[in-house]
Amino acid sequence: MSEPAIPLRILYFAWLRERVGLSEETLIKPDDVGTLAELIAWLAIRDDRHAAAFAQSGVIRCALNQEFAPLNSPIAPGDEIAFFPPVTGG
Amino acid sequence: MARILVQADPFDTGAELAALTAGRDDIGGLGCFVGLVRQNLTGRRLVAMTLEHYPTMTEKSLARIAAEAETRWSLLGCTIIHRYGRLTLGEPIVLVLTASAHRAAALDSTTFLIDWLKTQAPFWKNEEFEDGEREWVAARKEDDEATDKWKKALLCRVGDVPSARVGDAPSSLP
Repeated sequence: MSEPAIPLRILYFAWLRERVGLSEETLIKPDDVGTLAELIAWLAIRDDRHAAAFAQSGVIRCALNQEFAPLNSPIAPGDEIAFFPPVTGG
Repeated sequence: MARILVQADPFDTGAELAALTAGRDDIGGLGCFVGLVRQNLTGRRLVAMTLEHYPTMTEKSLARIAAEAETRWSLLGCTIIHRYGRLTLGEPIVLVLTASAHRAAALDSTTFLIDWLKTQAPFWKNEEFEDGEREWVAARKEDDEATDKWKKALLCRVGDVPSARVGDAPSSLP
């Protein structure tokens, strides 16, 4: 009996949340999605909402397990990944 | 160890200052910055802004920012309070307090903390205008430049001290 696949927890903030229409989702990634950049490319072709959210890929920032992370960061099942625009606090 | 709070409620700046100095005789100066919701100087009239944040990451980021300040200056106390939710014009958004023996450390670390948290803490501002429109605030180039200035300052400092290794630089540096 094979092990059950472990999903990614994906969070969206600010206008990414509005465009995707979700604040979070859990998804099982394909085996060939190994980095944040590859995850974005995979999410962007899921449906029109994801495509709209990820269209401006140059201004999207990521966090991997609650740390800012560059797009070439490797990801693994069970990770918590967040996508958001550049921060504007303070 | 800094006092870090992320909350919807207003904060009491006077009470926070008093708490930082209570029972101590070694503090010679306090640095204080309070950020407020301000009216636009040009363009559409603002009525409020709503701050969204990434709850589990926010406090960790603020604690890391405070730890970074504590590596750069001899601080005797540090408080950071950042609000979230809907805030109307004139309401306080963020409080940064530092305490040190001398003024330079208190003033410089306060500037550092507010510069740094503008680009390193996961908050997003959504503006609400008189005409009912809403808009996400775009990141400002000036804020990135202010953060970069402190990164360069650290590199110079490390470079100035022959015994320091670049590997000693705080891990939060990208």
